[in-house]
Amino acid sequence: MNYGSLDLNTVWFLLIGVLFTGYAMLDGFDLGVGALHLFTKEDQERRILLNSIGPVWDGNEVWLVTGGGALFAAFPNVYATVFSGFYLAFVLLLVALIFRAVAIEFRSKQPMRWWRRMWDVGFSVGSIVSSLLIGVAMGNIAWGIPLDEHGEFAGTFLSLLGPYPLMLGVTTVSLFMMHGAIYALMKTEGELHEKLRGWINNCIIFFIICYATTTMATLLYVPQMAARLREHPWLFSIAVLNMLAIANIPREIHLERDWRAFVSSCVSMIAMMGLFGLEMYPNLVLSNPCAANSLDIHNAASSQKTLGIMLTIALTGVPIVLAYTLSIYWIFRGKVKLDKMSY
Amino acid sequence: MDVLTLSRIQFTLTISFHYLYPPLSIGLGLILVIMEGMWLKTHKPVYHQMARFWTKIFALTFAIGVATGIVMEFEFGTNWATYSRYVGDVFGSALAAEGIFAFFLESGFLAVLLFGWDKVGRKVHFFAACMVCLGAHFSAIWIVVANSFMQTPSGFHIVGEGMKARAEITDFWAMVFSPSSVDRLAHTLCGAWQSGAFLVVSVSAWYLLKKKHEEFALTSLRIGLIVGLTASLLQLVTGHTSAQGVAKNQPVKLAAFEGLYRTTPNAPLTLFGWVDEKNEKVIGPQIPGMLSFLAHNSARIPVTGLNDAAPDSKDRPPVNFTFQLFHLMVAIGFGMILISILGFLYFWHGSLFENRWLLWLLVLSVLGPQLANQAGWFAAEVGRQPWIVQGLLRTSEGLSAVVKANMVVTSILLFGAVYLLLFAVFVYLLNDKIQHGPDAADLIPAGKLALAERKNR
Repeated sequence: MNYGSLDLNTVWFLLIGVLFTGYAMLDGFDLGVGALHLFTKEDQERRILLNSIGPVWDGNEVWLVTGGGALFAAFPNVYATVFSGFYLAFVLLLVALIFRAVAIEFRSKQPMRWWRRMWDVGFSVGSIVSSLLIGVAMGNIAWGIPLDEHGEFAGTFLSLLGPYPLMLGVTTVSLFMMHGAIYALMKTEGELHEKLRGWINNCIIFFIICYATTTMATLLYVPQMAARLREHPWLFSIAVLNMLAIANIPREIHLERDWRAFVSSCVSMIAMMGLFGLEMYPNLVLSNPCAANSLDIHNAASSQKTLGIMLTIALTGVPIVLAYTLSIYWIFRGKVKLDKMSY
Repeated sequence: MDVLTLSRIQFTLTISFHYLYPPLSIGLGLILVIMEGMWLKTHKPVYHQMARFWTKIFALTFAIGVATGIVMEFEFGTNWATYSRYVGDVFGSALAAEGIFAFFLESGFLAVLLFGWDKVGRKVHFFAACMVCLGAHFSAIWIVVANSFMQTPSGFHIVGEGMKARAEITDFWAMVFSPSSVDRLAHTLCGAWQSGAFLVVSVSAWYLLKKKHEEFALTSLRIGLIVGLTASLLQLVTGHTSAQGVAKNQPVKLAAFEGLYRTTPNAPLTLFGWVDEKNEKVIGPQIPGMLSFLAHNSARIPVTGLNDAAPDSKDRPPVNFTFQLFHLMVAIGFGMILISILGFLYFWHGSLFENRWLLWLLVLSVLGPQLANQAGWFAAEVGRQPWIVQGLLRTSEGLSAVVKANMVVTSILLFGAVYLLLFAVFVYLLNDKIQHGPDAADLIPAGKLALAERKNR
């Protein structure tokens, strides 16, 4: 297909953003449910939590795989630099994701208490560590990492664990916990449902504290982000939208309109990712301190031909994926009921 | 050890472990479609029971396949960053297509297959089985396409020089249909069908030996044997065409497969043996002219030896190692044909029960395709060395510039420990499910599936 004068580099910046936002909205809730898993001590309730994400977590994780594949294809230099630069962090992320996936699958296959406790911890710790590392990676991208003139990472593993990236990591954990709690609320009833309503308040408070601190730190210590905001004051409208969406969550919970709270939480994620993208554009990885070595949508991209082919693939595939993903969520709508096929 | 060796060890470890599972998913996916299709057609409850049981086994293999598969995608970036920069323009699009066309399909509909028994009707459930099977096959297509670019690169040109050089796509379809991709895909898929089929055969034969779940076991065994025999025979054809492709496109690899050093007409085929790399000859029984005949359809046409295909020994793979792996694969391939023909004959003659040795052989048959798949991929990948992309980029040039040996060691230790645990748990749970056997209650479908059945009667 011929896309004429369409700016394919920008289109792919947007599409990668869409894929990772989709990942955050979807896998975000099941990582969040994982982070909350140990808060209930009862086996039955843990099983309900696990089965609330049972049919969908696998598909949610595919968003990460596809996002990674799309990054590889569209911006191979970013993929190569970030993945080799964040080596140990990504190995840890992989181990956490594996543990978590396997824990979901295996936990309820045996009745022994030690067996279930072991996998429960694996599931929860795996979820928390995954969320944290994803946030830390985002934080480093926003803060900027040292790149040399070939665009290769020039730092160390420990240099990735600066205070700002760590703070963004904790914020991500809190965001996913809130998101997961709201999702679990939609899928449960009875005693556990009431329990969750209590947790959600704490999750929201935890998230707002983290979010406010991170925002302050961003404005104070990340000059390029603050400068972008000063240049384009309209970006504040997105921040306001985000705050309205967050404020709407406790209101909807109070009115017992759980799914609306979930939508609000999703809107807030879209706003945050949108703001992040707009403040980064056209850069994909900022080089700090030497900004001239940054990777952007032009010097890191594949050829126009490949970007065009990939767009055709995306335009063919994604509508189909969305159609059946929605149908599958529809099939599994409603409250969780345990049966013999459950986890 | 240097980063190159360590990175290769890491890749070998993770890919070999990963590749135990996708073939099972592909093969079992096909068998699930057959089982659900038979149920839809005949309404026999035993097919429902079979679909239920094998779905659980499928889920187990799929979970580990996904978990270990993400590692593979990350590894290109973490350990082979220079390779990723070099081929990203071409290779990346195949991986992204795999995500969009295959993984979403497979994981999405697996939810319906596993948890949808009481939520959807029979036809929708059958449709879900078809989509899961299709997704598994799509992922094979794209990953073999990506790998075939490394074997027989096509549809690209090189842009830039030195550090900045990279492959850029010129013709997408020429890249997809590279000279080797169709043959290799067919060969890979047959291997995967064999893996699934012989797992079914093995478990069913075990039940027959123990005189348990006999109706279930006999019906499963029949499907397993038919798929297994068909795939094993087809494998003969796809193996032959793949090898002819190798002879044409990667003569060094073919020469290493057969330990052939001197270019010669009437080239002999070695049945088994040993390559004496120092004296450049093969020790073992040979059929004269057979290699020429197989590779070029005529004994008179010469087969290129290593001395001409790769005069510099730096351009050669480890010859004896490649030779042994290739011959192991071929030997198992013929073994699988023999086993499935024997099983087939005795099954239809009705005397399988009396021949316990054969039942035992069928129980063990599950190992055959797994070993052959591993050996075959080892031969294909080791035989391509020292290249990571044939003729374009050496494996030693593909490494990440910033990754140090101690980092790779850490990752090997971490993955090694996790994979050992995974494997132990997998075997434990698989055994547990097999010992538990099919559920008698599944002979009476419940929920929406039952409603559909009453209507159909």
